[in-house]
Order: sequence, then C-alpha cells, then structure tokens
Amino acid sequence: MKILFPFVAVMTLIIVVVAGVQFANLQFLFGVIIPYAALVTFTAGIIYRVIKWAGSPVPFCIPTTCGQQKSMPWIKQSKLENPSSSLWVIGRMALEVFFFRSLFRNIKTEMREGPKVVYGSDKWLWMSGLAFHWSFLIILLRHFRFFSVKVPYLIHVIESLDSFLQIGAPLFYMTDAVILAAVTYLFIRRIALPQIKYISLAADYFPLLLILGIACTGVMMRYFTKVDVVGVKQLAMGLMTFNPVIPNGIGVLLYIHLFLISVLFAYFPFSKLVHMAGVFLSPTRNMANNSRMVRHINPWNYPVHVHTYEEYENDFREKMKMVEIPVDKE
Amino acid sequence: MYDSGKIIAGLLVFVSIIAFPFVYNIGADIVKPEPKIDTPVIQQMAVKQCVEPKEFMRAEHMQLLNKWRDSAVRDGNRVYVGSRGDHYNISLQNTCMHCHSNKKEFCDSCHNYMAVKPYCWDCHIAPKENSL
Repeated sequence: MKILFPFVAVMTLIIVVVAGVQFANLQFLFGVIIPYAALVTFTAGIIYRVIKWAGSPVPFCIPTTCGQQKSMPWIKQSKLENPSSSLWVIGRMALEVFFFRSLFRNIKTEMREGPKVVYGSDKWLWMSGLAFHWSFLIILLRHFRFFSVKVPYLIHVIESLDSFLQIGAPLFYMTDAVILAAVTYLFIRRIALPQIKYISLAADYFPLLLILGIACTGVMMRYFTKVDVVGVKQLAMGLMTFNPVIPNGIGVLLYIHLFLISVLFAYFPFSKLVHMAGVFLSPTRNMANNSRMVRHINPWNYPVHVHTYEEYENDFREKMKMVEIPVDKE
Repeated sequence: MYDSGKIIAGLLVFVSIIAFPFVYNIGADIVKPEPKIDTPVIQQMAVKQCVEPKEFMRAEHMQLLNKWRDSAVRDGNRVYVGSRGDHYNISLQNTCMHCHSNKKEFCDSCHNYMAVKPYCWDCHIAPKENSL
C-alpha cells in the first residue's frame, strides 16, 4: 500500500496530462499555467517554511559535534568537527551541503555470532545520495540551455564535461545514466532492506517515483522518442519572457516531463524535499560550539522575578544576627 | 523571527536564483530559427527530397550522421540505402553539404538557437561560404 499509492499517483498524473494534451487540447494549461503556478507555489512555499522555522527559538546551544572541542591551547581542536567560530561553522556547513559529511559517517550495526555487536562503515547511502544530488544539480544547470538565448559559458563547460565521452549523437550525458542508476538504487534500497522498508512511507516513495518519471521522460526525449526541440525551446523562452507561446506538435512526452516537474516543484515545500532549505536551518549543524565562551541566552526566557541572596539578607539581616548566622553586610 | 538578518539574506539569495533566468532574458532577441534550403543545388532538383523524409531528418539527423560516420570510417562502407530504396554515397562533405552548402543558414540556424555545438567540424572542413 505504501508503494502502491505513490505508484498509482504518478501513473494518474501521467494519464491526466496525456489525456489533457491528446484529447482535450489543454496544451496551454499544462505548458504555461501549471508551470507558472508550480514555480510560484515553490517560491512562496519555501519562503513560508523558512520564515516559519525562523520563528522557532533555539533554547539551547545544541550543535552535534564529533571532534575535540576548543579547550586548552595545548590540546588540538578539531575545528571542522567541533567549530567554535562562524568561519569554521561555514566550512562545516559547506561540507554538509556539498558532500553530505554527516551521512559519510553513517555506520551499520550488525549482530554477529558470539553473540557480539559489530559496527562497520556503510557508505552506500552516502555514495548514491551524492551521485543522485550532484547529477540532479548538473542536469538542472544543463537545462539552462533551454531557458536562455545567450547561453552562459559556464553551462557550455558543464555540458562538454558531462558529455566528454562523446558517445553517440546527440552526445550521451554521463549524469543521465548516473541519476537513473542512483534513483533506482535508492528505490530498491527501500524495498529490499527490511528495516528500511519498515520505516518507509508513501511520502518516501512518491518523490523517488516522481523523479524517476522525470528522468525517464527526459532520457527518452533526448535519445529515443524525439520531440521537436526547437519547439521546446520556444515554449521555454516564452515562459521566461512572460510571452507564452504553444508551438504546434512538440510531442506529448514533453508535456509529461514538464507536468511531473511542475508537480515536483509544487510538492517541494510541503514534503521532506524541503530539506533543501532545512539543511541550512538545522541548529545541530549551524551553531558554533562556543558555549564555554559565549553565553547562549534562551529567547524563550521569561522575565522571572529573582530574589537574590543580597535581597534575602536585607529582609532577614536583623533576625539572622540575632541567631548569630554570619552576614555579608553589617 | 530570530536571526532575521541571516534569514533575509538567505531568502534573498534563494529568490535571486529563482529570478535569475527571468532577469537574464530581459530584452533577449528571440527569433525562431528558419533553416534555409534554397541553395543552387536544391533549386535545380526535380524532386526536392533529402536522403530520408523531412520529419525523420529533423528528429534523427544526428543519429543518422553518427551511423554514417561509423559505417564509412570504421566499416569502410560508403553506400547508404535509404528507406525509399535509393542509394547514397555516405559522405558529409560530398553528399550532405553538396546540397546544403549553406551551413550558416542551414545547420547553424537551429544549432545556434539550441546552443548545440556538434563536433562534426573538429575533423571535417566546414564549407567556405561566399556572401551571396
């Protein structure tokens, strides 16, 4: 059920767009209105989520660290694992965002004969996650070819690096194979490992299937069932210049691709995918471990009336003296 | 809102990334490419047709050229039998460019629009075009 529901959902989306374009001539809806609506939802949704997160106080200094804290001058600090200044926090965050450092430290626990517990390094999730995210980013950047008249030089550099094997024509992009392999692995991982399957929900399978659908339609359009690319660029440029046009005969595959992307964008802020923004707002990662140098004030602190010892003594000084309790002030 | 300075800076970066493609294309001159086929050789043809139908060529010309490259360079086979049963000499310069002698107005018009740089001309000599 947890797999069937997202699978049926993605299939329904595809059927809806195929029916809409083939039989109802809703090209303008699927080619213009929905992409715009999805982009607005994505942007507004992310801003809403971030502002909502920013409204939550962080009561304690809670970075999760895994290295030597700043201590005596003769004890070497592990600056990246246990940063005490903003600069090293930025370094730590950069490693987290670009290379998923915390996932790199992922370990597997196993019960062996004995019985004894063994811990081993488990890099598969880290590796496939990294392969997936990077190829997705490169593919997204490569698509800028469709969204600009004068394509920036950097995009050409990315394209030529991605296709430098020079296989076939149109040139084969390595990231296309990498993303399909990585997403397939991430999907199979959720089905094949009993523990992972147990904790996987429909919300875990849905984005995977959606992205798999997007990647498959993209690969099909480039290498197999061709669409009219000139028409595709006209459509894209129309969207970019707020002057939408629907060229004739692009091919339904493009509309499936575009609709699934629109769904992904619209779904983004309201799902686990919002970790794209959330990673920057994780207090366990973005705080410096400087609690020995800087006092972390809980923003929740209510102005409590405090009765200090000085005030206490002022109240009871005479009585204290009578029973010969020592007092600070005479 | 806590840390509002950092939050607003981050959101500004986010919005700029979203807005970049729109801003980048302000004032862009978008002209739909119209590949021209009125070369002298094509004009003299009785039946104006390429080695395969137009629709096939538009979508699959790159794959066909790739097949031709492999066939001529690797297998030494320079005869192509088209889907209509005609025989053609497999050669970019002597067959394709014989008719389509206007690379700038034919090949480049779509390739430039799509920002595609085929590596044909890394090895082949691009035809010299006199300004007509």
